Order: sequence, then C-alpha cells, then structure tokens
Amino acid sequence: MITIITIYGILAIALVFSLIKSREKTKKAFVVGGKALLKTAPSILSVLGVIGITLGILSPQTIQKLIGAGTGFAGTLIAAVIGAVTLIPSLVAFPLAGSLLRTGASVVTVSAFITTLVMVGIVTSPMEIKALGKKFTLLRNGLGFVFALLIALIMEAVL
Amino acid sequence: MKNIVKQFAVPLVILLIFVGLAFWVPDTARNSATIFWNYLKEMILIIPPVFVLMGLMEVWVPKNKIQEWLGRGSGLKGAIIAFSLGTLPTGSLYVAFPIAASLIDKGASITNIVLFLGSWAALKVPQLLVEIQFMGLAFAAWRFVLTLGALTIMGLIIQRIIGTKKKEA
Repeated sequence: MITIITIYGILAIALVFSLIKSREKTKKAFVVGGKALLKTAPSILSVLGVIGITLGILSPQTIQKLIGAGTGFAGTLIAAVIGAVTLIPSLVAFPLAGSLLRTGASVVTVSAFITTLVMVGIVTSPMEIKALGKKFTLLRNGLGFVFALLIALIMEAVL
Repeated sequence: MKNIVKQFAVPLVILLIFVGLAFWVPDTARNSATIFWNYLKEMILIIPPVFVLMGLMEVWVPKNKIQEWLGRGSGLKGAIIAFSLGTLPTGSLYVAFPIAASLIDKGASITNIVLFLGSWAALKVPQLLVEIQFMGLAFAAWRFVLTLGALTIMGLIIQRIIGTKKKEA
C-alpha cells in the first residue's frame, strides 16, 4: 500500500512540474508511456498466467521441496542459470519472485534468480558484443553471474 | 492484425491451458484463476503510473545530454553520474548498449560504463518501487546496496583487464 502511494505521489509531483513546463511534452510522455505499456502488456499477462497456473497446481509444500531451503546449492544454481538465460522484464519478474518467496522458496534461490536476471543477459549478449566488444561482454556477464551468486548468499545470511 | 495475434500468442496459449484445467481439474483451475486475478488487480494499480513516469523521463531527458555528462565526467563524479543516469527510468538495455559504446569513444572509463549498464539494468527507480511492493523493503534495499557494491568491484576488475583500450571486433 505504501508503495502504491509513493508511486502515485512521485508521479503527481513529476506531472505538475512537467505540465508547468510544457503541456505538449507532457502529452507526449503519456503517448510514449502508453505505447511501452502496450508492448509489455502481453508479457505481463503471460507471467501472471504462469504464476496462477504454477501456484494453482503446485502446493506450497511442493515448491518448498523443489526450490526451498532443503534443496541446497543445486536449486540455487538452477535458478541463477534460468535468470541469466531468460529475458523477463524485471518489472514483471518481481511478482513471480515474490509469490515464490511467500510459498516457501528460499531467499538465496529467489535472489539468485532476480540478480542474474538483471545483471546477466545471454539473450542480449549478441547486441552487447556488437556495441562493446567480445571481451567486455564476456567479462561483464561472467563476473555478473559470479557476483549474483555472492549477492544471493549474502542476502540469505542477512534476511 | 497478424501482429496482434503474434504478440498475444503466449497469453492465448496460457488461456487455453486455463480452459483445459477448467475441464480436467476444476478445483485447480479455480485456484489458479483466483491467484491470477489477485495479482492482476495489484499490477493494474502499479503498472500504469510506472509507465507514465518512464514516458516523462524519455521526454525530458534527451539521450545526447546523457552522453555529454558522462563523456566528460571521470573519477568519483563520473561514477556517480554514470550510476544515477542508469537508475533513471529510460527504456530497455539494448537502448543502453549503443549509448555505452559512444561513451567509450568519448573517453568514458570502463568502470563508469560497467556502472552505467549495471544500474541501467538492475537499479532502475520505478522497478525498485515495484520490487518493494512485491519483495518487501528489506529485500529491495539489500539487493540495491549489494548490487551497487558488486558493480563497482566488477567495473574496477574489468577496467584493470581491458584497460582504456577501445572495443575489439
């Protein structure tokens, strides 16, 4: 609830400033944002659908068994690899990760998934190589993966 | 029309699975539908303002300005600029690659580029708000701090290995 109030609060302030400065540009911002939203809508719907189906079929106990604290490092590693390979907008991934966390997945596994998702991009690497070179891309993504696992382990310890 | 069908192909497949579930295991289907509906309600509240914010940033922060600031900046100031620019809500990562490439050409350090790309992908402000909503404040705050630290170390390591040399084919 606090998050929702915060988001709308920031938006209201930004809108007031934007409207004072230029009506035209504010209108354009709505168009740009609307277009981006339409482009993302299918993946948002898909992920929500997958969450629904997964949580509908798998009981919390099953999820716990698959990626819970008892699965050890293998489960975490798998989650990290899935995060590194897939290209889910993180905006959409948070509800998924949150629901897994609430139904019994371990913190280390969920944070490994989220961190590799945002830090490592196998799918975008061809574009990255083109723009920044092979060596840079390999180093950034490789180190990103290692650090993502480290971050996950620390998060498990502190949370 | 064909495009729309293609765009919504995955949601359609999921809808079919739902219909299948409703036939075979109505209880599970009802369960799934409730969960889907609860999340949808939450997303409908959160997502639109996030996208309007992104639109505002896109309109007010011109991309060539970003290059200007970062191209000149170096040291701690450049790093801070690189990091904060990345956190602004501006488009997906492939938009950032060409910007990063031209920044390197303009003399930005590798460390700054790693920070820039990393915060662009991992530490965007609107995403953080969504993260707090679904994962909790403690989770989001820890991830933010740890990721920022990791990016800085990564940037320094990669800088060390590659040096200030430009990209190689």
